[in-house]
Amino acid sequence: MRYEAPRRLEDAVSLLAGQDGAHVLAGGTDLLVKLRSEMIEPEMIVDIKRIEGMREIAAEDGGWRIGAAVSGAEMGEHAGLVADWPGVVEAAGLIGSTQIQGRATLAGNLCNASPAADSVPAMVAAGARVRIAGPNGMRDLDVIDVPQKPGKTALERGEFIASVWLPARGERSGDCYLRFIPRTEMDIAVVGCGISLSLDAGDRVTAARVSLGAVGPKVMLVEEAAEAITRRVLDEAALSDLAAACSAAATPIDDKRGTIDFRRHVAGVLARRAAVIAAKRAKGETA
Amino acid sequence: MSQLHVTTKINGDETEFLCEAEDTLLDVLRDRLGLTGTKEGCGTGDCGACSVAVDGRLVCSCLMLGAEAEGRDIATIEGMATGDQLHPLQQKFIEMAALQCGICTPGILVAAQSLLERNPDPSEEEVRYWLAGNLCRCTGYDKIIRAVMETAADMRRAS
Amino acid sequence: MALDDTKKTREFKVVGTRPDRPDGIDKVTGRARFGADMVAPGMLTGRILRSPHAHARIVRIDTSKAEALSGVKAVVTRADFGEVPEDVADVLDNCMAGDKALYDGHAVAAVAASSPAVARKALKLIEVEYEVLPHVTDVDAAIKPDAPVLHEGRQQETVPEGLSQNVIARSEFGHGDIEAGLKQADRVVGRTYRTAATHQGYIEPHACLATMGSDGRADLWVCTQGHYMVRNTCAAILGMEQGQLRVTASEIGGGFGGKTVVFLEPVALMLAKKAGRPVKMVMSRSEVLRATGPTSSTSIDVKIGMTKDGRITAGFAELRYQGGAYPGSPVDMGAMSGFAPYDLENVKTVGWDVVANRPKAAAYRAPGAPMAAFAIESAIDEAAKGFGLDPLEVRLMNGADEGTKASYGPTYPAIGLKATLEAAKSHPHWSAPLGENQGRGVACGFWFNFGGDTCVSLNITPDGTVTVSEGNPDIGGSRASMTMMAAEELGIPYDQVRTIIADTGSLGQNEVTDGSRVTFAVGLATIKAAEAAKTEMCRRAAMVWGIDEEAVEWEDGAARPAGPNAGKFPPMTLKEIAAIASNTGGPIAGHHEVNAEGAGVSFATHMVDVELDRDTGSTKILRYTVFQDAGKAVHPSYVEGQFQGGAVQGIGWALNEEYIYGDDGILQNAGFLDYRIPVASDLPMIDTVILEIPNPGHPYGVRGVGETSIVPPLAAIANAVSEAAGVRMTQLPMSPPRVLAGLQGKASA
Repeated sequence: MRYEAPRRLEDAVSLLAGQDGAHVLAGGTDLLVKLRSEMIEPEMIVDIKRIEGMREIAAEDGGWRIGAAVSGAEMGEHAGLVADWPGVVEAAGLIGSTQIQGRATLAGNLCNASPAADSVPAMVAAGARVRIAGPNGMRDLDVIDVPQKPGKTALERGEFIASVWLPARGERSGDCYLRFIPRTEMDIAVVGCGISLSLDAGDRVTAARVSLGAVGPKVMLVEEAAEAITRRVLDEAALSDLAAACSAAATPIDDKRGTIDFRRHVAGVLARRAAVIAAKRAKGETA
Repeated sequence: MSQLHVTTKINGDETEFLCEAEDTLLDVLRDRLGLTGTKEGCGTGDCGACSVAVDGRLVCSCLMLGAEAEGRDIATIEGMATGDQLHPLQQKFIEMAALQCGICTPGILVAAQSLLERNPDPSEEEVRYWLAGNLCRCTGYDKIIRAVMETAADMRRAS
Repeated sequence: MALDDTKKTREFKVVGTRPDRPDGIDKVTGRARFGADMVAPGMLTGRILRSPHAHARIVRIDTSKAEALSGVKAVVTRADFGEVPEDVADVLDNCMAGDKALYDGHAVAAVAASSPAVARKALKLIEVEYEVLPHVTDVDAAIKPDAPVLHEGRQQETVPEGLSQNVIARSEFGHGDIEAGLKQADRVVGRTYRTAATHQGYIEPHACLATMGSDGRADLWVCTQGHYMVRNTCAAILGMEQGQLRVTASEIGGGFGGKTVVFLEPVALMLAKKAGRPVKMVMSRSEVLRATGPTSSTSIDVKIGMTKDGRITAGFAELRYQGGAYPGSPVDMGAMSGFAPYDLENVKTVGWDVVANRPKAAAYRAPGAPMAAFAIESAIDEAAKGFGLDPLEVRLMNGADEGTKASYGPTYPAIGLKATLEAAKSHPHWSAPLGENQGRGVACGFWFNFGGDTCVSLNITPDGTVTVSEGNPDIGGSRASMTMMAAEELGIPYDQVRTIIADTGSLGQNEVTDGSRVTFAVGLATIKAAEAAKTEMCRRAAMVWGIDEEAVEWEDGAARPAGPNAGKFPPMTLKEIAAIASNTGGPIAGHHEVNAEGAGVSFATHMVDVELDRDTGSTKILRYTVFQDAGKAVHPSYVEGQFQGGAVQGIGWALNEEYIYGDDGILQNAGFLDYRIPVASDLPMIDTVILEIPNPGHPYGVRGVGETSIVPPLAAIANAVSEAAGVRMTQLPMSPPRVLAGLQGKASA
């Protein structure tokens, strides 16, 4: 196996395009586990951390462009990012332990294409987009279009994610990510829910994006759930409808981490709670 | 198949080593550099026994390749004491019996030191959540948390 | 054997204080050497090939391609081992499968190679032909007459006709007349309880380094709870004399019973023998979970008869434990210990030892007891609550005391059960208010504690330093305790004594570090060895003074004339006597060898508050207090540590830990990600109250404490959750889906 740490984007692209069995290394918290367990046997590892810009967070068009090698811990230390997108930051900050957050990245979490990835529902709710570098140049893709099925993404040979872009937050808007795990930390999400919403002066929801993770082969954007609360105040009735829509949309499986019934039920519970927190944040209240 | 040559700094000392591409930093520390204070408890980043700091950032060394150490500053448990002067955390752990078998202790000390560098006045909850990635099976964490908080208080008083 | 009571009532100077442990600095600096921290020149990496099937006949193993791979220095299969004595036959079969693989992960072959990468490649080149057989992993399924059978002809005569050959043995304990007792009851609670298999979860994987010379003499460095056991077992398996194998115990990164047996060690020695080079073997976490010694999963029926004022008129339990692929689950200890806290006229327990296609169970801290206590303490709680009675009062009313005939046979001397219950009753925790969705639970627990073979050698250097050589790996701070007891007995400062764990060449035989025996038995032997040394030092002083030996006594670290008629001589300190040892006959030492008896049982009461999230079934532990009798707490910090550690393992067992097997018999959660032990953020502080009712069998009154602490938590937490949920929980772990189902009134929880 070869290890390469190119300093230029184009070099990374040629290495990845020119070699069968080449894998990208950013934080390594998924890659090294797979390597150790012999789930993969790479011919080459391409470490992208030394490429210029990979470790930067920059303001862009009112939003934020986050380099693919930025760790969850670094995101949590960036005041601007935390202020605008606390849900995305807290989602990244829930991946594994403090040690994992010292290395894990949004891009890596996304490209691992696990249905239970913590950062993905939050990114989907935020309307995040990724910028992909490849042999044919750069292209942008909505986050939700990246995972295709467990373990598989829409990235072609030679392509890798160079950055993640979060849009401008907008007035009276807030996001939140919650997950259910059996312990208090360290577990893979049994259910994950990311909600981003905006309120008018009367606290009615003007726009919402509701995303569920770990209840289907890919993360889902649940439009019925968003519709259930749009143009409404988040009272008990609205929250009930939101929960019901999420439970109905969920298509979970039974596995060692949870049963179908349990996941469906909890999807609804989390949606409620996430919406309440997102609304508080939208109003500028501390949750 | 030739090995990679890596130049790095470990506990302040300039260090060079050779390693295979697939060797983890943990493998390198233990098997090539003889620094066996950092432990392998799981190999999958779930137990924290392999904790080190890289450029001041707390990470699991089992999830980092040895090759990635190039040009970085690595801090392991062996560098925590200064000569024969224990770090206040190390001293407090002994005094407060915050270890039983001791296998998780290096990882916990490295992690706790990282916490106190960032947050000199953590609440009990903050300490517990920071250390959630460091498994201990012997102590039930009670005396560990107390030791970290008391050390934090001592260090605040001393500064 | 009643020992001199004056020792127990005296003022202790060292015992009961909290000095720094001697190995503390090594452990906080990373200098301490654990199992995987040793290296040897020319060392090879050993790795094991494991069965991917839960049950299969091994038709053929072809190792030729592996042997031909460059860098491979030895390959081992069962064929390399000869006939072994019957008492280690199962151990060998577990370490290296013979004609059948009996569980997912069962070792079938091993290699020693020049690097981990070559070893990995070599394993892939070993060709094994399996004939896959039907398997069974559930204990109740394994009992059924049509269950797939693991072993023919192992069933004992105690087992009646009509049950599968997987049912190995039946045992029975108790006294009185259950049927009559149940008739006297105003209410009978009868339920079935089930618990899943769990693992000790020590953070250090098994590891060893084996070297064997061409003369057949071998050295082994290993993390273990008993290096003498390792020596004896490996010698038997390899056909060596015990004296040919010297085993050195490394520091041990946790054991809890799981390292009282061998897994890698005979294989490492055989590889070292064939390769002619040292072989190091270290298990991965997945190997530890798949192929070491978890606990039994169990199915337990309980009947409790109680009068409306709280008297238990009958206590019955039938316990079915699967012990993995070989006979020997700890069902007997469960059957004996479950009712031990109570004074009952009518009590009966029946135990069934069953095999199943799972790894062979090893001890886990009070083996067999936590599950039995879960079932029995839950039933007692339910009966008491049914009458609106206080659960602590009911336990006090029925509690065992000095003179009680225990459910498992013996009559108790002075014991501490009621002291723990009284302490619980008067503790602020008991009267603290509870909020919405919160519940409080209590439970009692018991462990026998053991003595066993023990050797201690106490040696004095010319400058008056004392070294205590003992044979039990230190898993909880025991070196500090031995040092304290020696210092106490000799009347010298703690810093003047050093305790080491001697290799197997230095002492004769030592029972493993189990049964909560070390502070008791090794402590007792240390005290006796110190007494012997004092006697000798008094003799030397007598020689110097020209008086009779009997006229010299030892006090405050010095030899003194005993009484005014002995003569006016200034005291000779230990240091002074040591300095002239050569001139008065030679170096001074004391030693003691014993199969220690007189271990004192240890009782505990645990109290826990929980809060439920009714929408998700999540349980949060709010507050936890342990009340346990230690007899005499030599080093209170380490006693507290045992209380807290056992309680937290119990919390994990009660709420989240379980072995999950698929229908294919393969373990699905062989890692710390999905085998979920408690993390720091899951827990509150664990408060502790140490009671001291001295054990008559130890000079200072010491009782073992390490195991009792894991016995009550499963039931205490189940009682608390049941209270908060308004639904009786009968299955562990009480994971959120299970609690939620209970709250929603679905399937029995």
